[in-house]
Amino acid sequence: MAKWIGPLEKIDAYRWRIPKGYKSGMRVDGLIYADKEMLKHILLEQTLEQVANVAQLPGIIGNSLAMPDIHWGYGFPIGGVAAMDIKEGVISPGGVGFDINCGVRIMRTNLTKDDVLPAIKDLVDVLYKNVPSGLGSKGKIRLRLGEIDKVLTNGSRWAVENGYGFIEDLESTEERGEMFGADPSLVSSRAKERGIPQLGTLGSGNHFLEIALIDEIFEPDTANTMGINEIGQVMLLVHCGSRGLGHQIADDYIKVMLAAMKKYRISVPDRQLACSPIESPEGRNYLSAMKCAANYAWANRQCITHWVREAFCRVMKIKPIDAGLELIYDVTHNIAKIEEHSIADKKNKLCIHRKGATRAFPAGHPDIPSKYLKIGQPVLIPGDMGRYSYVLVGTEQAMKETFGSTCHGAGRMQSRAAAKRQLRGRDVLESLAARGITVRTDSLSGLAEEAPQAYKDVASVVNVAHGAGISRIVARTKPIGVIKG
Amino acid sequence: MKRYKLIEHTADIGLIAYGNTLAEAFGNAAFGMFSIIAELDNVVENQNRCIELKSSDQESLLFEWLNRLLYYFDVDLLLFRSFKVNILPGNRLTAICYGEKYDRLRHKLKTGVKSATYHKLKVDGIKNEVQVIFDV
Repeated sequence: MAKWIGPLEKIDAYRWRIPKGYKSGMRVDGLIYADKEMLKHILLEQTLEQVANVAQLPGIIGNSLAMPDIHWGYGFPIGGVAAMDIKEGVISPGGVGFDINCGVRIMRTNLTKDDVLPAIKDLVDVLYKNVPSGLGSKGKIRLRLGEIDKVLTNGSRWAVENGYGFIEDLESTEERGEMFGADPSLVSSRAKERGIPQLGTLGSGNHFLEIALIDEIFEPDTANTMGINEIGQVMLLVHCGSRGLGHQIADDYIKVMLAAMKKYRISVPDRQLACSPIESPEGRNYLSAMKCAANYAWANRQCITHWVREAFCRVMKIKPIDAGLELIYDVTHNIAKIEEHSIADKKNKLCIHRKGATRAFPAGHPDIPSKYLKIGQPVLIPGDMGRYSYVLVGTEQAMKETFGSTCHGAGRMQSRAAAKRQLRGRDVLESLAARGITVRTDSLSGLAEEAPQAYKDVASVVNVAHGAGISRIVARTKPIGVIKG
Repeated sequence: MKRYKLIEHTADIGLIAYGNTLAEAFGNAAFGMFSIIAELDNVVENQNRCIELKSSDQESLLFEWLNRLLYYFDVDLLLFRSFKVNILPGNRLTAICYGEKYDRLRHKLKTGVKSATYHKLKVDGIKNEVQVIFDV
């Protein structure tokens, strides 16, 4: 792999700039959030070339942004944020990704380490049985004819109305789990056929379900507002997306965009950046179909939440009310959204692409749940399955610099093939067990690919986000049980 | 003749596939993709699907070909292992694909492939070689 040798200017300990003079087509600078150590890794690949490519898209505003977990993707970098002017700008399915609304949610409980450790094997087994996971798994929801359209339109609300979870869960979900303007008639029958059998499944790859303990609290008052009260408190994390339905919608619309680019005379440096003006029929239709996939993903996580609660209460022999299994928050990290942002004291409607990046709105923002108005929006940053994950909150600084965005995870350091060459699934399983982490998976080779060693230390990622002020660290969790898709 | 070679990509995985004809390279790319998804040794050929595609150019044809096969894996859980591919003028493709429905007890699945991507997608009609990066 060729090292990237383009120009990079240091702004401060956490910020680096690719000047827009680097390439003639660049409309804005690239701005990378990283420390010196992380940068060494970033420069080993062509990731920053992708940041410069995104800077060439029509209507891009501010900077082509790279969050601290940035790594080489296809088209857009993973960890990329791009804001487009709604009048002049474009929308790109590649800037959202194939797994539309891949995201993560965290639930709190009233239980502590001492309650669950004796039952951890049972818990992991029952969760594994209760939540379909892994490649080739089918869900247990049988949708009636035409019902898929309701899932695509109403998202989490469909799930709650059908008995999966509580009405309070909606308040604790980004967009309340239901993006308005989703039009199922713009979703192909192939996409729906893929989505119908997979609703309520975790999927494979880096998707997971995790039982974790709070092991450090950095801001006790903020944590308390979220229901995070003490060290050793049990949390549950779910990470998954829109499954084959989202992949098919992305495929379908990249094709639409490639044709549209000829019509609108747009050229892009990488065809995976295929795009169309936001206000063109193609752009509007994609956004509307994308919202369907986003809603599907929220319904998916909501159904899984229900089965997690069911399994948890059964094994712990506890009533749901006593378990206190409340959703703290659910964030999406692959999405495009129309949002209002202030630039030079003027309010602008922009289309924000977050490809492997999380919204991080500050205290007082009207789009965050009222219970979090004083602390800011919770941001969930899962790490690898052996170390830890973080809960953060959004900040005013993120609003000023990154269109209210921050990182989304650890970011891979090693390719899947390299991880598999060095590690065997069974060894990964044993070394995790030695660290007190019980793992169940369908795929041992998948486990090797997802081994902790293949990822950056998520602590260094959140430290940059915190240091740069684009979010603040609130608490840290450590896994004790993992179901790997 | 080597059918395909894997390419490493940090977050994802890709391949270069070869053939005596471009159609054969398309078939080998599909074989390579299903080899990423599953161990194919135990897969028999008792099911088939006919595919017809028309696209705007050869790269898009490759993208759509591989993604159509992923659609059948999602919807019918079909693991394909052999492909009779014809590439026709006007960026058209017809194919018959043979394989078997995934059986938990006999088949071993490996890595899920979400989609082929356009990133670094290449079709070389002279060397009969194609390259694709997958989102996994």
